[in-house]
Amino acid sequence: MKAFINGMGNISPQKSWGIDSLLADPIAYEGTRLTCIEPDYTQWIDPKQLRRMSRIIKMGITASMMAMKQAGVEKPDGIIVGTGYGCLEDTGIFLSKMIENKEEALNPTPFIQSTHNTIGGQIALLLQCQAYNQTYAHRSFSFENSLLDALLHLTETPASHLLVGGVDEITGISHTIQSRMGLFKRKAFSSLDLFATNTRGTLNGEGSTFFVLSGIQGEQSVASVEAVTTFFKPTIEELIKGLSDFLHQANLTAAEIDFVLVGKSGDRDADRAVGQITSLLFSTNAIGVFKHLSGEYPTASAFALWLATQMMAENRIPPIVSVSPMIRPIKTILVFNSYFGHHYSLMLLRTCRDTR
Amino acid sequence: MHVAGVGVISAIGNTVSETFQALQNQQSGIGALTLFDSIHQSILPVGEVKLTSKELQEKAKRRHPLPRTALLGIVAAREALTSSRIKHIANWRNGLLSGTTVGGMDKTERFFVDFTKDNKRGRLRNVVEHECGRSTESIAEALGVNGFLSTINTACSSSVNSIIFGARLIENDLADVIIAGGTDALTKFTLNGFNSLLILDKSPSRPFDASRNGLNLGEGAGYLVLVSDKVLKHESLNSLGTIAGFGNTNDAFHQTASSPEGRGSFGAMEKALAMSGLAPSSIGYINLHGTGTVNNDLSEGTAIKRLFAEKIPRFSSTKAYTGHTLGASGGIEAVFSLLALQHQCVFPNLRFQTPIPELNMIPQTTFEFAPINHVMSNSFGFGGNCSSIIISKNR
Repeated sequence: MKAFINGMGNISPQKSWGIDSLLADPIAYEGTRLTCIEPDYTQWIDPKQLRRMSRIIKMGITASMMAMKQAGVEKPDGIIVGTGYGCLEDTGIFLSKMIENKEEALNPTPFIQSTHNTIGGQIALLLQCQAYNQTYAHRSFSFENSLLDALLHLTETPASHLLVGGVDEITGISHTIQSRMGLFKRKAFSSLDLFATNTRGTLNGEGSTFFVLSGIQGEQSVASVEAVTTFFKPTIEELIKGLSDFLHQANLTAAEIDFVLVGKSGDRDADRAVGQITSLLFSTNAIGVFKHLSGEYPTASAFALWLATQMMAENRIPPIVSVSPMIRPIKTILVFNSYFGHHYSLMLLRTCRDTR
Repeated sequence: MHVAGVGVISAIGNTVSETFQALQNQQSGIGALTLFDSIHQSILPVGEVKLTSKELQEKAKRRHPLPRTALLGIVAAREALTSSRIKHIANWRNGLLSGTTVGGMDKTERFFVDFTKDNKRGRLRNVVEHECGRSTESIAEALGVNGFLSTINTACSSSVNSIIFGARLIENDLADVIIAGGTDALTKFTLNGFNSLLILDKSPSRPFDASRNGLNLGEGAGYLVLVSDKVLKHESLNSLGTIAGFGNTNDAFHQTASSPEGRGSFGAMEKALAMSGLAPSSIGYINLHGTGTVNNDLSEGTAIKRLFAEKIPRFSSTKAYTGHTLGASGGIEAVFSLLALQHQCVFPNLRFQTPIPELNMIPQTTFEFAPINHVMSNSFGFGGNCSSIIISKNR
């Protein structure tokens, strides 16, 4: 299985669109809520349609358009979206109104736009794309499920171009509730210092990241996704075995991975297993981190895949990402994600560029 | 790849055998809303599972209080797994794929009553189970599924899409045993949502009838156990049927309405047929999406007429029995499709009297035994998502 990345679009708390150089000027946030830097949507979407769209729909559609423009694809052969939380803003609006208005005189629009598949449906509607259309909503496996689905499709029909993405939004309501749950840091600090905190909690993040994938390598192919897998509540032994099996199937040893992008969240407890495994299996590898840039959210792994691909394209690790230095040109990257210590995933990426 | 077990719970029964009896005896499950207080209580009929959440909690044998969606899922998925007679699912590369649209919403909406007054209030334990994927994890934990997990939310086509994904994982040798289907509980959120769209009928729904005037909401769960040839042989399991074909398209017409010609539904059915290699005339029965809304039934009927031309197979909507169970409907109706194959029968489209004038199509109106080798089941949803699946008798 192989999925060549022919285009990407990413709206994130960093400047991740319209840039010449990756993370040249990393953005630091005070407080625990990282918010996407949004483009001028009128450049991408008809203003008449824009007015009716919620923020997550705008971010989803625009990141899709960016990816398709880069890939030179006008209409994909399938649209696969992963979103852990779905359209939270409209869900919150409809719920609140339902209670405040005691079930009377409710506007149906937020209800219509509350389902997770609104993003994929709106993209299809805008592109008039009647092809395969799928939405995964499994917490932090949502993007990984989407990627696996795409890999299966591209094995079955290599010549197709699929639009695959991960999208999640923070809303005022979700941030309040998750803060009360104790998911985020208590004390104020600069987000870029996340990994120096050694306390409980992480940063709240959001983003919209889309890829155009094909089973056939093209001129614009930067890298290929070779494999993806997920683990739910594994023991540390199961996780180590899972990782070894994953690398074995890819005919690689841990030491052969040129760069490991680790999805640590800065939460002292949740990061424990990842920390142990990284020092056990990847002690000699070049390593990087990303959640001080994106924040933590169910589809943060999509941000990680974008970052990994971009680093391959530039053959450069931005200092803000690097934990241990680059020792050789990057041909393979392993994204090793953890979500609150109960969901883990692996994605293997191989470069298409000559890196000699 | 084979279907080795089925499990279902809905307004017409808590088990597969109760369900089949109700289908045979033409007993609809539509009645008054009792699960929660609502201003629509005496106005809008619904298809409730006839167990309180407390009773379901006991039936599911879980100590930790779970949302109704998860409990319904546990009951149906456990029945599917038990009936498959797989001895140790953990010995195989296993997985659970579940479709749901509301997830833990029944508890979230309770949380919001206090939270909307003061955002420091509301019990957090009522909102930690909110995510769709959380219900899937609760079901997996209850059943000892320790492999691949996925949750799909393509609105009302969610659980057919989970069955399709499960079939593909097995076909591609990425899994040996997959429990696939879906679950959705009745909630105040969906009742008010569909009501605000003015598509809920104040009477029991009349799918495919000229007088149809909307749907009734239902709830429930339905799951299939899909196994590879190797598992079937090794564990000496019975094959109840095979997944012969499927299609997934997008209507790309409107966020909530179907195109008049049913281009998405036509495409899904056409793809499923092409994949199965079957002639349209081989389909013995179509289990319709058939919600009972003016728009869906006309659009779906138009697409069926175009695809099957003069030789339209027997067809019926079973939503007059169960109500529209949203993300669970594809799973529940896949179980009905397997029952049709197993018992060699077709189910009536309750309350049908007058054909839709534009279509002049007459659905199956009685329970009838008939030779059925291939069943097509349709599920279409908001967002334009259209899926169709063909389930065949194992030869």
